Amino acid sequence: MKLIYTVLFFGMMIIGFSQLSSCHNNNLNIQTAQYAVNGQKLYRTHCQNCHGAKGEGLGKLYPPLTDQKYLSENRDKLACIIKNGLSGEIVINGETYNQAMPALSKLSDMDIAYILTYVTTHFGDSDSTFTQDEVIKGLKDCKLFF
Amino acid sequence: MIKNLVAVAIVSLAFLACKNEPKKLPIIGDREVVEKVVDGQTITDTIYPAIPNFQFLNQDSVLISEKNFENKVYVANFFFTHCPTICPTMQRNLLKAYEKFKGNNGVSFLSHSIDFKYDSPSILKAYANKLGVDNDQWQFVTGTKADIYGISDKYLVFTKEDDTVEGGYDHSGYLVLIDHNKYIRGVYDGTSEEETQKLITDIDILLAEYK
Repeated sequence: MKLIYTVLFFGMMIIGFSQLSSCHNNNLNIQTAQYAVNGQKLYRTHCQNCHGAKGEGLGKLYPPLTDQKYLSENRDKLACIIKNGLSGEIVINGETYNQAMPALSKLSDMDIAYILTYVTTHFGDSDSTFTQDEVIKGLKDCKLFF
Repeated sequence: MIKNLVAVAIVSLAFLACKNEPKKLPIIGDREVVEKVVDGQTITDTIYPAIPNFQFLNQDSVLISEKNFENKVYVANFFFTHCPTICPTMQRNLLKAYEKFKGNNGVSFLSHSIDFKYDSPSILKAYANKLGVDNDQWQFVTGTKADIYGISDKYLVFTKEDDTVEGGYDHSGYLVLIDHNKYIRGVYDGTSEEETQKLITDIDILLAEYK
């Protein structure tokens, strides 16, 4: 009986791990993966309504979050966008969007780090953690950008 | 024992029999049974709640009414354009149904804005275009607070102006399926992908009644 449980247990673990690695970016280190998991939870609550479960956006109302070039070129501005919202035209994947994004001013720096790690590694092509320090630095410079 | 077996057999047969009949959607809402006299005979009649007549301004600033939905089944919901919570998900899901039945004259969509202050026809038009709606099969309407909030009750959808919630309006995200007689035939959670698929299936079932 015990043997069966052991076999079952390892079986489940193997399935579990193979599922994990079938997500994207298999070579994320543990910290990045943890950030991304926390980020996904927060993403569902705060971002998914508009930007969709796969970051696909909605029509020309809400832009997708899958423009890798935009994500990497504007990495230092991303924290400000989440914290303070955004208005005016932006071009994503060659398409123009102009719908105000509400500010999520109640999110902590840590929460923003989690969300941005999830977005940049799962929808973008980053493979590293978006750290809390990066968020703090980004937020300090908001006035320079916007 | 044998009695039990027979009972089970009868029940299973009854289920089998049901399976062969085409599926029919229920009529939803509290029905009222009334007695009336027709040709000297007393008969009982069941009255189902129906959507009352209405007039609202649409995204082209044209007054539309229940007449625009004659001989159509339609899906109604309540939203507002700058809603930060459930509306985008609900509209994303309803868009799937719209795309599925696009070009089918027997199916329409009706989104009521509950933000009577901000959502003017031009705002609704821009919203519809950006959402990807490019024909008149999906109407976006605005009206007075009393009219919109009044009719939402008839659709069994909760709406309320509330400063304490994000966006300033509280409402439920139901998609409500209405038949040719203005009866409610289905209510679906517009924030659920699964329920939206059920809506799409049920539209086909309802359309079969009118073939």
